[in-house]
Amino acid sequence: MDYLSELFRGLYDTTGFNFSVLYDPYDRDRWLIGMKTTLLLAAWSVALSLIIGLVGAILHQTGNPLLRWLMRVYVHVFRNTPPLAQLYFFYFAVSPMLSGPASGGGAHLPVFGNFAWAVISLSLLQGAFSLEIFRSGFDAVPDQMREAADALGISRSVQLFKIKLPLAFRLCLPALQGNIVNSIKTTSLAYAIAVPEMLYAANQIWSDRVNVVEMMLVMLLSYVALVGLAGSGLSWLERRLALPGFGGR
Amino acid sequence: MTGLGDTSRIGALRRRFLLALPVIALSATPAWADEPANVLIVLWKWIPLLMSGFLLNIVMSVIAMAIGTVGGVCLGICQLSPRRIVALPAWAATHFFRNAPWLVVLFFIMFLIPFRFTLFGQTIPFPDWIKATVGLSIPVIANISEVTRGALLSIPNGQWESASALGLSRLQAFLLVILPQCVRRMLPPWMNWYAILLMATVLASILGVAEIITLAERVSNAESRQDLLVPLYGFVMAVFFVFCYPIARLSQYLETRADFGRQARTP
Repeated sequence: MDYLSELFRGLYDTTGFNFSVLYDPYDRDRWLIGMKTTLLLAAWSVALSLIIGLVGAILHQTGNPLLRWLMRVYVHVFRNTPPLAQLYFFYFAVSPMLSGPASGGGAHLPVFGNFAWAVISLSLLQGAFSLEIFRSGFDAVPDQMREAADALGISRSVQLFKIKLPLAFRLCLPALQGNIVNSIKTTSLAYAIAVPEMLYAANQIWSDRVNVVEMMLVMLLSYVALVGLAGSGLSWLERRLALPGFGGR
Repeated sequence: MTGLGDTSRIGALRRRFLLALPVIALSATPAWADEPANVLIVLWKWIPLLMSGFLLNIVMSVIAMAIGTVGGVCLGICQLSPRRIVALPAWAATHFFRNAPWLVVLFFIMFLIPFRFTLFGQTIPFPDWIKATVGLSIPVIANISEVTRGALLSIPNGQWESASALGLSRLQAFLLVILPQCVRRMLPPWMNWYAILLMATVLASILGVAEIITLAERVSNAESRQDLLVPLYGFVMAVFFVFCYPIARLSQYLETRADFGRQARTP
């Protein structure tokens, strides 16, 4: 590690390429905090979006026409409006309406901070995509499964959770992979409401150091690495959970 | 795009508001100051300005889509080149820019392209919105490259073989036989990417381009009314919805009708 920082300090002294995050402890800490925030944002929004998608798809499965219609509206609204506009809508328009306990001086503290609003907005956005994926997963479960379960006298609710859900989850893993990769990429939007994630950290560092090109490279490579790691992890999960008898295996 | 006229309008409004403030404070019923008008009436007043911003979104998306389509088709063809020296960089570029967030690529381009070029002693200005358009076209190039590759791979080899049996050269076969079939397959995902791009043009507001979201922020500053915010941002979302929802439905319809390959929709 010391050798590496010496190497990059030397690179700056000799060539002017200033990769300050790799030798300066202050910049490195700022950068690591940015990375941590991005990872936290991604983890929260992936987890919540999967829950939203799953609950939505199960509600859709119940067959209640009102619930189905509500789920369709939710999906179409969030898929066909700009993610940044959604984020601003929540952060600038909805957030002031939910004023929390009064602080000194008559102002009200917001109920949620900017990190929480970023998580809420990104989860609802990705949740709409997850819902569609889970719904198509449920649709892809062969109807014979239901017939067989009916013949065995298994109730509809048990069928849903013990038979359809495990199958649907595996069938939609490949599509979910793309969705999770998108969740990680979309976390960069949180920059717009000053959540100190990677882009924000990079912006601070290049404002201080005037090393835009170097920080851009570090940032692009970090995102590609994160996305690549998540993608290969999910591919591994997909292979582990592969269904025999589907997709030519 | 939105010139002096808009800013002066906002300025005038802000001045009026500041003038009105002491009056409101002194008397319960101000004689000449605006009554607290209905938010929808206030919003109605700003709609022409907001729509002029949206026009810039459309212009940016159309130019970026044109660049993205031409670049993406070329890159997609390169990905399938039998020469590794062509195919490998094309593959790497495609995957790199597909995995990089739009906003990060946009920052990259905004900071790295100068705001003007000097060519043969002539200075060509390069305004922010053009830079943003170039920045937005890069992820489109990468994604259209993948769409093109998928479409080309979906054409059976027999098409190539029968074209050569009819005496067509490889280039002729590609242009006259393969490409027209690809266009049909590429249309639904291409439309999806256009809708995604249109929605992504609002990212340019983070870098100061005066498009619809930037103007919405200015309106909210000028009016400084808490109750205006929900209708204001709601209106912005509604404008995009009106444009993107039909595109999504049409693309879905084309996809199911022709049973084209599945293409994930991503933001």
